[in-house]
Amino acid sequence: MNTRSSLGSKLVASPYIIWAALFIIAPLFFVVYYSFTTASGDFTLANVQALTKYLPTFLRSIWFGIVATLICLVIAFPTAYIISQKSDKIQRTMVMLVMLPMWMSFLIRTYSWMAILQDTGIINSFLAKLGIDSVHMINTGGAVILGMVYNFLPYMILPIYSVMAKLDYSMVEACQDLGGNRLTVVRKCIIPMSVPGIVSGVTMVFVPSVSTFYISQKLGGGSFDLIGDVIERQFQQSYNYNLGAALSLVLMILILISMAFMNKFSDEGEMVI
Amino acid sequence: MENNIIFDLKNITVAYGDNIVLKNLNLSIHDREFITLLGPSGCGKTTTLRIIGGFIEPDEGEVFFEGKKINGVPPYRRQVNTIFQRYALFPHLNVYENVAFGLRLRHLPEKEVKETVREMLELVNLKGFEKRHISSLSGGQQQRVAIARALAVKPRVLLLDEPLGALDLKLRKDMQVELKNIQQRLGITFIYVTHDQEEALSMSDTIVVMDNGLIQQIGTPEDIYNEPRNAFVADFIGESNIVDGIMLKDLYCQFSGQKFECLDKGFAPNEQVDVVVRPEDVDVVPVENGMLKGTVTSVTFKGVHYEIIVDIGGFKWMIQTTDYQAEGDRIGLYIEPDAIHIMKKSEYSGMFGDYSSFSEEYEELSNAEEPEDDEDNGEEEDL
Repeated sequence: MNTRSSLGSKLVASPYIIWAALFIIAPLFFVVYYSFTTASGDFTLANVQALTKYLPTFLRSIWFGIVATLICLVIAFPTAYIISQKSDKIQRTMVMLVMLPMWMSFLIRTYSWMAILQDTGIINSFLAKLGIDSVHMINTGGAVILGMVYNFLPYMILPIYSVMAKLDYSMVEACQDLGGNRLTVVRKCIIPMSVPGIVSGVTMVFVPSVSTFYISQKLGGGSFDLIGDVIERQFQQSYNYNLGAALSLVLMILILISMAFMNKFSDEGEMVI
Repeated sequence: MENNIIFDLKNITVAYGDNIVLKNLNLSIHDREFITLLGPSGCGKTTTLRIIGGFIEPDEGEVFFEGKKINGVPPYRRQVNTIFQRYALFPHLNVYENVAFGLRLRHLPEKEVKETVREMLELVNLKGFEKRHISSLSGGQQQRVAIARALAVKPRVLLLDEPLGALDLKLRKDMQVELKNIQQRLGITFIYVTHDQEEALSMSDTIVVMDNGLIQQIGTPEDIYNEPRNAFVADFIGESNIVDGIMLKDLYCQFSGQKFECLDKGFAPNEQVDVVVRPEDVDVVPVENGMLKGTVTSVTFKGVHYEIIVDIGGFKWMIQTTDYQAEGDRIGLYIEPDAIHIMKKSEYSGMFGDYSSFSEEYEELSNAEEPEDDEDNGEEEDL
């Protein structure tokens, strides 16, 4: 590339560079800065050392994230496959239905689940009418995971679907042709070729699940503190920006590690996100 | 060629909604033969192939494999393998694993798998490519991997769906020879689908010409070329001048206002017929000696010969001659009795065989296939 066009491309890129510097690089810098300073601005490792007492919270966040991601994957893979097998018109409608909940506010959706799951909520009053004892659902770990699955499922379905929709159907036929029955076709052909979509779906569900804070407060009733909740409290209630930043930093590193790990699975290191 | 029939299609009909793709098709395929389904796009040739492969179930009719009805038998239970139009190689596997795919599904011991893959890659001249990634191969090489993969599982019948369509001309010719060699060496049945008449003529034992969901003619390449059954076949295979004529009596016909001796018989006296004269079978003579006389309207140099268009009483004939004729010349044409082929009138009469609207460009366009592997030639020649 000659200098003139590279100058031109710099000019074109400049709004994005400014944007990135202002809203991505600078905040990151602040996170790192706060993590290693006291409220008065002196260097300290105290924030990082204080993290050890949050270890159970970290572990719970990661555990819930993994469970929610796996459930999403188990639901999303067949769903995406079924959608991709339908006619174009039905595919469009079904994709629309998958995305429909995303048009509503995340807060409203989570509140609705509270109404559904409560001890006197929709499900339990229905069960009561049938004469069945009420089931305690709200404020359990299961409810938190349900909230995660419900909220993040579209992020799993869509990338897997988009890979499957582009899948050359003659590959499937080639697999049958060489002696593969239906199960083999899925195992040896469709799953391996959907890996890029699976990797990107897993990342897009796992990352927000690990760092979420609202779902656990509303559906977990405060007894299933996730790392996102702790961070939120440091900023909103304790005004301890330094500890909050340190927590964020560790969470960020954890997420980066898991993304790097996931990307190892996708072919030829093509980044999915 | 042996006489035992390996595949038998009986009264096959396939329709998508109102669109009838195959109409009551009957076809017997012999063991060990190289049979080609030839026709323009939409003629039903690929559908026929997919019925044999088990990917489509016919709406009506029966499919027999060695005398056993196999309607409803899924593809993976048929002793038939397919080379797909776009090869359909598995992008997540390397060359070795692609070829080994079918063998692994059969749970063969690793040693046998290894041996067969080596044998197959040798057969298609791809020794040493085992570890290569599919995306790093040229079109021609991918084609070879597809052939090796299909042949590795030792099918009785190999189905090839326009396998050379995406290759450039030179490579296509090489692969034609190679495919024919492979077929003869392995002694298995090849069912080949193409719209390229030259490919069909040079490779096949039997050609099945199809149009509009119907078989127009079945025969050896020589039969199809020399004795086309109707105007469609005459036009689709090679170049033909097709004129209206009258069969005066056995061995005598009349067309373009002249009487001719010919070799055909068995028509009713004064029956209306289509007369086919191949451009290479016409001799150009001085105008006074000509059986037919006309004016040259265009001349194209083709290397081996000149292709000239001659206007004879308003009908444009194509003539191939090695002698140069200038545009506007009056010339005479001499036609031997064995150059004349008489066909019964058919629904195709009058649709083909007049070169007044002939344009090479149009011809090229109608045969256009996605030319996507331009960069392949260099690499291929090393093989």
